[in-house]
Amino acid sequence: MKSVNAVVIGSGAAGGIVAKELATAGLSVVVFERGKWYTAHDCRKDDLRNQRTTLLGNAFGPDDDGNPRVTVDGKGISREVLPSEGGYQNNAACVGGGTLSYGAQAWRYMPQDFRMRSTYGAPEGSSLEDWPISYDDLEPFYDKAEYEIGISGDYSGTPFKGPRKRDLPMPPLPPNREFGILEPAAKRLGLHPFHLPMARNSIPYNGRGPCMRCRWCCGFACEVDAKNGSQNTVLPVAFATGNCEMRMESTVTEILTDDRGRARGVAYVDERGNQQVQSADIVIVSACAIESARLLLNSKSRLFPNGLGNRYDQVGRHLQGHHYTGATGYFDFETYDDVGPGASIAITDYNHGTPGLYGGGMLANEFIRLPIHMIDRLPPGTPKWGMAHKQAMRQWHKRSIVIMGPTQQIPSATARVTVDPQVRDKWGLPVARIEGNVHPHTYDIGAVQAKRAEAWLKEAGAIHTNLMAGRPNSVSAGQHQAGTCRMGDDPRGSVVNKFCQVHDIDNLFVIDGSVHVNNGGFNPALTIMAVAYYASDALVRNWKGTRFRS
Amino acid sequence: MLNRREVLLAGAAASAALVSGCHARGSRWLVFTDDEARTLAALCDQIVPADDWPGASEAGVVTFIDRQLTGPYRRHRKAYRRGLEDAGRLAASRLGVELARASAAQQLQWAQEIERQNSEFFELVRRHTLQGYYGSPRHGGNKDAVSWRMLGLAEPPLRGRAQYDFTAGPKA
Repeated sequence: MKSVNAVVIGSGAAGGIVAKELATAGLSVVVFERGKWYTAHDCRKDDLRNQRTTLLGNAFGPDDDGNPRVTVDGKGISREVLPSEGGYQNNAACVGGGTLSYGAQAWRYMPQDFRMRSTYGAPEGSSLEDWPISYDDLEPFYDKAEYEIGISGDYSGTPFKGPRKRDLPMPPLPPNREFGILEPAAKRLGLHPFHLPMARNSIPYNGRGPCMRCRWCCGFACEVDAKNGSQNTVLPVAFATGNCEMRMESTVTEILTDDRGRARGVAYVDERGNQQVQSADIVIVSACAIESARLLLNSKSRLFPNGLGNRYDQVGRHLQGHHYTGATGYFDFETYDDVGPGASIAITDYNHGTPGLYGGGMLANEFIRLPIHMIDRLPPGTPKWGMAHKQAMRQWHKRSIVIMGPTQQIPSATARVTVDPQVRDKWGLPVARIEGNVHPHTYDIGAVQAKRAEAWLKEAGAIHTNLMAGRPNSVSAGQHQAGTCRMGDDPRGSVVNKFCQVHDIDNLFVIDGSVHVNNGGFNPALTIMAVAYYASDALVRNWKGTRFRS
Repeated sequence: MLNRREVLLAGAAASAALVSGCHARGSRWLVFTDDEARTLAALCDQIVPADDWPGASEAGVVTFIDRQLTGPYRRHRKAYRRGLEDAGRLAASRLGVELARASAAQQLQWAQEIERQNSEFFELVRRHTLQGYYGSPRHGGNKDAVSWRMLGLAEPPLRGRAQYDFTAGPKA
């Protein structure tokens, strides 16, 4: 097969952008995607089988057959899990990756999020660190992501944000009913509510129409294509250059290296199940934190007996996501207006600066609620079944508001991805094994955040509340998974340098959430995108034929 | 020797048998026997009883569970078989009359007894019943979107326009 300049593994939030940036700069690119190209018509408003509620399976991959993982609980007992089960920590396996079906909150992290250790110090036993790059380094690329992907929203209501050169390209969607109830309450509490940023068209943008405000949003592909992800923004641009090709339903099984220790291409299984090799000058891994780590660990050779980038046993460590905490409030008036996407108001007052806490998180009202989400979310003391349960469903479904947010997780080196010694996937490859937990201080922050959400709901008139703040015994990575191929200056404590280049292999890159040193108190998608633009920019600048300027 | 048509027919029959699993002869269900389905319907109707709005079985929850047991919930088949057998036996020993003829109070006591004795099975049925009743009609439950209409959700949903006057703010 003809050799190309670059192979990109994964077509999600980062992979799509890398493909577009490289193809536009004139490099020949092949994108590998293990999933299919789905549209909204492959999962039409199925509230039991989508990417968020997976009771009857995942809508956008991976399939339950042949793709297990192993999870190890707090007592050290390991268990095989299916992709549609919670412990799997799934994101997606399809063109666009998570961005096809995400809720599409598109946050910039705050400047402090890149300087966590300098700001707070590190709690004993944690691996809290600074990023080797700053908010200011990323600002131009945040801006580029906001304009190229297409973000609506309005940050003007809050002083708690990083400096920005211009406003978002689209105004926010009109507020929903919950916004109208929560905004004055937040202001009475002295908080600074605003219209949260979303990768969703509020006006015609980029050749596509605006959101039609339906009930089927987070977890679904958008029926009118108003939700912006890799599949409808950067990938089509990459293909239009004529330099980029995508191979779907093709799983990369190994990154191949030559006897001088440089990457020379990838081995993959094509859509017919045949083993193939694609050689390339550069290999970019953008497969999401868990699968990126697994691929590096599964790429063993004489020169790299522990896998690629893993000379100092760093690949797969510091796995993190977000610890979701908050509260449900129950009201004696209707709060539900059946207008999507639902999430519309947020505060970032509590992300940083609380004495005694190492960080915090954003709080926002939750995405639109389907009845199935309500069955176990009724006021405390409600019977779990019977006539009283049915009556409670009628009473509360339209009279409740959920406020929650992604509490920043304090990373730990022991929360990690390895490859399982026994369990194999359908191609015979060792599967990801997930073990350990983030630092326990995470759960102290979460408990405070839940109380704050409750106070906001009470101020808005809630007559009952129900807190959500557990102390789970395993890391909650899932769709926000990050951290497994940490970015850093020291090869002994990180996997890639500040340009996402693997420390000891100059033509191998990891560009996705894996490189996040800390995952902030925000949904990570826009930061993954900004890092992808930033790293691609450096890659293109330093690219010199088949070599890099050093 | 079989000709092409017969091979095709045999194949179709074999795959039909695979899909339907091991249901009893003459049963109208894919997985359950008629007895099992009756017991399950009685239990589901305790979990979501009928009032002004239909109960679970009338809304098709047994169909929902039966169908899922041939697909994503294959792994729960054994639990249902065993759990329903125990539940049927419990009804026979405690009630003295056929389950369907027992009074509402007796049926409720029976369900509570199952919850006490076999909490794992009861929780399975509870979850699946609520999924069938409040989930999408496409899977066999929530017939005519009855639970969505009960909750006051527009079905089919209204779209493309705001349903409220946003300028008015919350009610005082």
